[in-house]
Amino acid sequence: MKRVVITGLGVYSCIGQDKEEVRNGLYRGTCGIGTDPLRTAYGYRSPLTGMVPRPDLKGALNRRQRTCLPEEGEYAFVATEEAFKDAGIDMDYLEKNETGILYGNDSSSKAVIESHEICVEKKDTTLMGSGAIFQSMNSTVSMNLSTIFKLRGINMTISAACASGSHTIGLATMFIRLGLQDLIVCGGAQETSYLSMASFDGLSAFSTRADDPKRSSRPFDKNRDGLVPSGGAATLILEEYEHALKRGAHIYAEVAGYGFSSNGAHISQPSDEGSALAMIRALKDARMDAGAIDYINAHATSTVIGDTYEAIAIDRIFGAHRTPVSSTKGMTGHECWMAGASEIVYTLLMMRDSFIAPNINLEEPDDNSKKLNIIAKTLDRELNICLSNSFGFGGTNSALILKKL
Amino acid sequence: MNRKEIIEIVNKFLIEDIEVEQEALVEEAFLKEDLGIDSLDFVDIVVVVEQNFGFKIKPEEMSRVKTLSQFYDYIEGKLNAS
Repeated sequence: MKRVVITGLGVYSCIGQDKEEVRNGLYRGTCGIGTDPLRTAYGYRSPLTGMVPRPDLKGALNRRQRTCLPEEGEYAFVATEEAFKDAGIDMDYLEKNETGILYGNDSSSKAVIESHEICVEKKDTTLMGSGAIFQSMNSTVSMNLSTIFKLRGINMTISAACASGSHTIGLATMFIRLGLQDLIVCGGAQETSYLSMASFDGLSAFSTRADDPKRSSRPFDKNRDGLVPSGGAATLILEEYEHALKRGAHIYAEVAGYGFSSNGAHISQPSDEGSALAMIRALKDARMDAGAIDYINAHATSTVIGDTYEAIAIDRIFGAHRTPVSSTKGMTGHECWMAGASEIVYTLLMMRDSFIAPNINLEEPDDNSKKLNIIAKTLDRELNICLSNSFGFGGTNSALILKKL
Repeated sequence: MNRKEIIEIVNKFLIEDIEVEQEALVEEAFLKEDLGIDSLDFVDIVVVVEQNFGFKIKPEEMSRVKTLSQFYDYIEGKLNAS
């Protein structure tokens, strides 16, 4: 089996528009959450959202490229451009070498809704314009990035709810281990338009602490009242180890383990058993014991039930080791389809700069989170091996283990 | 609307919306070969024509339009007919 390493990172999020801004945000415990008046006007229970500015891509992309790119695709383009640059890969390399893409995305609502509105008014599908179909498909991000960056390897989108981004890294690891690809672009993108999250808001899953946005997302805290939706995009360049050495690429870490599971139960409620199984499989894949893990980046989204089951699962496996845990979602909100990829970027930045980003807004742990070693304030610490959890609707679970070389 | 006004509007949206280079906009220019307008761009031209002139281009009529001059003629003819 070949080994897989990460050689490039890019991120565009509500706490920073490149990886260094994001690194500083993580270290300082910066919260990127605010309120969107459009949500209240539209009928949302909660106006809270991660505040992600739209990038201006005029000049960077031509009209055809921009016309086909939805909001989340714009974020993904910026993050991917940064990741390629970070990995030392230019267009000349991409034209001469086969590169794949497995990107996480699970909705593209705005183009769908706006096209429908045009058709209702005009009774003519042509007036939706040429970009509508390419913007509205779930695979919009991988189809756009593969054409923009001339990618000629494996090319598809992974839709696995809030674990989408994480599974792309796990699946790319499999492709590279088997020798099928040397280099794969992975990541996750998430739209933030008010049109994208209304039905999720309708489940009463979102925090309604609109009077105090910076304290609204509070993973593991006893007084949490729901998640805060957020978005952007995160890209990682996964590469075969020898290939990376030959290129002289900087290696952030090895993807040492990937564990997956499916709860096979409730459509929205998580499971401690399913979550634990993903973590156990990741440890087994990495041939490691629980005690080897220096830090766990939890999925914990700030919902009552989700954080509870994850805390139970983490305690069951890592309780004896008092492994440090934090959820970065107090700062970022829940980046949904992007989260599994962005949280690998966050974890790699912590590993690079030897710190644990804080689980902000943890003021009073509940009975389950009390059992965990949750890091509420930034902690300077060398990190060699880290685990990141991602769980999604439908009971899809993913855990990844990263190891410094 | 006279031909001069039609040319101004068409050229404006070809430059701003379709991002055709201004210097390429000569009457004898072929839409596909010289201006680089492809089948997807034609869909967007249908949209901007509807927005600017208030009528819907029929694809079968547009297939006979090859040059920019013929495109101005086509719009002029449609506006005069209405």
